[in-house]
Amino acid sequence: MIGYLAGRLSASFLILVGVTIVTFGLTFLIPADPVAMIAGRTSTPQVREQIRVQLGLDQPLPVQYIAYVTRLAQGDLGRSYARKSDVGPLIASRLPPTLLLMLGAIIAELMIGIPAGLYAASRRGKTADKAAMIASFVSISTPQFVLGLSLIYVFAYLLPWAPLGGYGTFSHLVLPALTLGLAGGGWYSRMMRSSMIEVLQQDYIRTARAKGMPEWRVLLRHGMRNAILPIVAMIGLDVGIFMSGVVVVENVFGWPGIGQLMWQAIQSLDIPIIMGVTLVAAVFIVLGNLLADMIAPLIDPRIRLR
Amino acid sequence: MWARFARDRAASVGLAIIILFTVAAAAAHWIAPYDPTEQFFDGLTLEGAPLPPSSRFWFGSDTNGRDQFSRLLYGAQTSLLIGVLANGLAVAVGTLLGVTAGFLRGLTGAAIMRLTDLMMAFPPLLLAIALAAILKPGIGIVIVVIALVNWVQIARVIYAETTGLVNREYIEAARAMGAGPWRILWRHLLPHLVPTVIVYATLGIATTVLLEAMLSFLGRGVQPPTPAWGMMIFESQSYFLNAPWLVFVPGAAILILALAFNLVGDGLRDALDPTQRGRT
Repeated sequence: MIGYLAGRLSASFLILVGVTIVTFGLTFLIPADPVAMIAGRTSTPQVREQIRVQLGLDQPLPVQYIAYVTRLAQGDLGRSYARKSDVGPLIASRLPPTLLLMLGAIIAELMIGIPAGLYAASRRGKTADKAAMIASFVSISTPQFVLGLSLIYVFAYLLPWAPLGGYGTFSHLVLPALTLGLAGGGWYSRMMRSSMIEVLQQDYIRTARAKGMPEWRVLLRHGMRNAILPIVAMIGLDVGIFMSGVVVVENVFGWPGIGQLMWQAIQSLDIPIIMGVTLVAAVFIVLGNLLADMIAPLIDPRIRLR
Repeated sequence: MWARFARDRAASVGLAIIILFTVAAAAAHWIAPYDPTEQFFDGLTLEGAPLPPSSRFWFGSDTNGRDQFSRLLYGAQTSLLIGVLANGLAVAVGTLLGVTAGFLRGLTGAAIMRLTDLMMAFPPLLLAIALAAILKPGIGIVIVVIALVNWVQIARVIYAETTGLVNREYIEAARAMGAGPWRILWRHLLPHLVPTVIVYATLGIATTVLLEAMLSFLGRGVQPPTPAWGMMIFESQSYFLNAPWLVFVPGAAILILALAFNLVGDGLRDALDPTQRGRT
């Protein structure tokens, strides 16, 4: 067990190192010369050389990389071009709304996916099952910005049930969380269905039925409790999937998180923010995967023995 | 196999939709009533608002007085072109690297698989945005960027399939009979991977169509005046409560096309592998 955890931890650490190498490498692809941007067009070659030395750009690449990682470790993600402020604190101040939105989306997708998957599995092969599976494909195929705008149109404009957008109360959270979570609900309904079908073929289900237990009790007590475990193990992975979605969803709903920050940075080509959010998102994904790896052995003891 | 596919009603409908969209896109030049970039004087109300669907503009006009139906048809070209090319590139790269890693294993295989681990740490949309922001946007860059983020999944699937196959007895038998690595690869491994590649190539187009739409909605996809569905929504976003058709029409097009590829991919998976029928 300890060996397993140590293995996962060191793998995550290596991936994080790789992530910083990629983001470090990407900064060299940026066509704009940082020295020229700071010095201005009318600067003399001497001034430029001075700035180049100040920025450490005259050092060999490995030295520059170490300096880059050291700055990252101190929370220094560079300065925004457009906002004239540090990227690190900017992202940190935008994180809580995004995390709240993700939490809402996880609740939404589980509330959609698990009942739908259970229902489809209990009606396997029948019309209701087929309809549920096609519905899951529809949810997976819906672009989130279209879904978000449609929900706003129906539930905030035609029917004044929810605010048009913004942040603050629970009613502000419902539509964006639903938009972010619907596609995941589609995936979970498919996974829940196949997991449940597998469980329903086990001997203990036959035993429970043979005892004369009512079918709903067989499904919920013996079926769902076992079928849901592999699903729970995957929640950590959602963080990564949501990291793409929040850019679109937060923009549509005016949700003041890192997705909106990213969207604004994309419009003004504010590369330090774009790189900073990408890096923070990658860190979250690595942590989410690590979390999923940590939960897995708790749920399935067989993993502990490997 | 085709009989099994044809019996799957959802997949057949999906295939019909794909054919319809492809024909419409290919013949856009002849079908489209107007030039997609022409701004009509009577395409806006006197107050400058877009027009709802009518006999003159079937799907209404957009905020610049352009015909939405013509733009939709030309937008289908963009979506399908990028969907097929970007995904084709991703599938080619992913299959090549996946087979290589699974067949050679050792250091090369480990290096390729660690690279996929690393790629998985980046959210696809954000990585695509970062790349598209650094490079100059354009249809070629969009294709390369999408391929660059999408090859990973297929590489992992093909790697898993290949490692499962190379240990099978018939491969060992072929090797014992003196078949060289190239012959084993071409004659004994690749043919078994074809069904998986076809399924993931189809499902991958759905993902690609959605990713392209998102990039273009964020203004980082193909650039105006080339019409793209995501961009059509982006341009009318601030106006959509008054002119919802500007969002619903291209939005429905993206949804229907992605859904069609998902249904066909799922149908192919069932048809090519009957043991998996109705499981996932």
